[in-house]
Amino acid sequence: MRPPDPDHEAHPASRPARPRVRIHTAPLPGEAQPASANGAAGASTRPAPAREGDRSALIAGRQAIFDIGGLSVFYGVSEALRGVTMKIHRNLITAFIGPSGCGKTTFLRTLNRMNDSVSGFRIEGKVLYHGQDIYDSAVDRVEVRRRIGMVFQKPNPFPKSIYDNIAWAPRNLGMRDGLDERVERALRGAALWEEVKDRLKQSALGLSGGQQQRLCIARAIAIEPDVLLLDEPASALDPVSTASIEELMQSLKSRYTIVIVTHNMQQAARVADRTAFFSLDVSEAGRSGVLVEYGDTEVLFTRPADARTSDYVTGRFG
Amino acid sequence: MAENPFGGDRPDEEAPPEPRAAETLDPATLLSRSDNLRRRQLVSRFVTASQTASALLAVAVLCTVVYSVASRGASVLSLDFLTKNPPEIGHPGGGIAPALVGTGVLIAMATAIAAPMGILVALYLTEFAGRRSQPALRLAIDLLNGLPSIIVGLFVFGLLVVGHHQSGFAAAFALSIVILPLIARATQEVLLLVPSSLREAADALGVSHWRTVLGVVLPTASGGILTATILAVARAAGETAPLLLTSTIFAPGVSLNPFSHEGLSSIPFYIFTASEEADRFGFARAWGAAFVLLMFILLANIGGRAISRRSMVSR
Repeated sequence: MRPPDPDHEAHPASRPARPRVRIHTAPLPGEAQPASANGAAGASTRPAPAREGDRSALIAGRQAIFDIGGLSVFYGVSEALRGVTMKIHRNLITAFIGPSGCGKTTFLRTLNRMNDSVSGFRIEGKVLYHGQDIYDSAVDRVEVRRRIGMVFQKPNPFPKSIYDNIAWAPRNLGMRDGLDERVERALRGAALWEEVKDRLKQSALGLSGGQQQRLCIARAIAIEPDVLLLDEPASALDPVSTASIEELMQSLKSRYTIVIVTHNMQQAARVADRTAFFSLDVSEAGRSGVLVEYGDTEVLFTRPADARTSDYVTGRFG
Repeated sequence: MAENPFGGDRPDEEAPPEPRAAETLDPATLLSRSDNLRRRQLVSRFVTASQTASALLAVAVLCTVVYSVASRGASVLSLDFLTKNPPEIGHPGGGIAPALVGTGVLIAMATAIAAPMGILVALYLTEFAGRRSQPALRLAIDLLNGLPSIIVGLFVFGLLVVGHHQSGFAAAFALSIVILPLIARATQEVLLLVPSSLREAADALGVSHWRTVLGVVLPTASGGILTATILAVARAAGETAPLLLTSTIFAPGVSLNPFSHEGLSSIPFYIFTASEEADRFGFARAWGAAFVLLMFILLANIGGRAISRRSMVSR
């Protein structure tokens, strides 16, 4: 067997937390490497500090879209999520990872008030969106969802034509001018246009699972929201469709702020700029999800600060 | 039926060509009969047989009814029978046109009243009702469904006939009360089949909920709702008691006016009056009318189910 070769580590993020990576020290203050250092990471003997310096700069200048403070979510008497405080930044892909039942989907659905219809749902704390509390009594949840779109785990196209799937919401929201162009733009944005442009009048249910999911993304971006929430968008898809969805996310992040929940750690490592790790906190009061660690994806996967994070990302549990 | 006595154990049929690997169990033990196997098989056969017999009996009842009506009524059927007025007592020929048209007008009006209301009630139940009002409303609809139809007729008699006069409208109103709960409950069942993921998808697009209901839920359920309505229409066509006190028993001529004093004739009452008269030609026409009614109901049921099979929700 060959000795470990640092140069061989092309994608530290996708091979999380090898002990070798952890020996890297904290980034040098003010170390600002050109972006190309990032792409040439494979040739660098010390890629991680360079990346961290890069990322930190990335976040420092960014506006926080969401500012969540002390958020706890309750279903009836049980506390599904406890005391989450975090910021989500503009035009980044932020991933929520963690074991099943850790509240990451609950948290995501709290961000556009999709949980309002769940019986017994109640929150404590604040969810500020551009400084406005989305749970303020003066705020209409329909307006919240108008700006914060969502794509679900299972593709759920309407039983309508491909065109009408995209056009339905704009029509209902009074965006009737240039509807054809809007539909085309949305489908192009979701990298689906070339595949469906000749059969826009056909039922969306005839599309493959991956196409349906991209249609759902197109449907969500047709109303030009500010934020896209993706709840395990690729978990029901095959690897090829998953790859195309992930590629799509990269192209969408220049226009939208994307938050993705995923079971799949590798997926988070591949697509996310920032990653939040949630875990289950079991006490006599019950089981609640807690935010354990939140930071740049590279850091979280290579040098997690918390033992629970490192256990999870190294596959010791979860 | 030659059964393998060991339900899950079918290695012999699926055995690979080469000799099987040694079993951990002694095969001889497996194949010997356990003590009460014979009795269990007998009980099983008896229960299966009695269930099959009951099912066949139910089908047989339907077939007998259809056959007896068809054998007596089908021969009367002709274009004249459907388009002519009944002749004087004691004369052959003629038809049931007034009753046919009357029933058509009655069920059309009843459906026009009950279908929109029933669908709205179902929408309220599934989409908007709170946790407390929902069971109460559902109970109310079930009670309405269980209401004896003669009492519905009596109620409408008191409401629309006393002090006014018998009319086709009163009869249609009574029929609409009878079929309202049918449409509401069947529509509710269909609406519950609409996947909640579609509602979520629509809600997540920032569209208000009533638009979601109109634009996504209702179109998805439309096939099933149509089926529910057709089945209710078929039910209304055969209802007799609500018409007893509200419309006429005797057939005037063909009339399309549901507000006339004479009321509207209907097939069920034509069957009743024609079979009461001492007129053998009347008996034949009564059987013919019964056959027409039966065929309409059978075809409506079959057609309604075909629509629901083809439609999106209702698997």
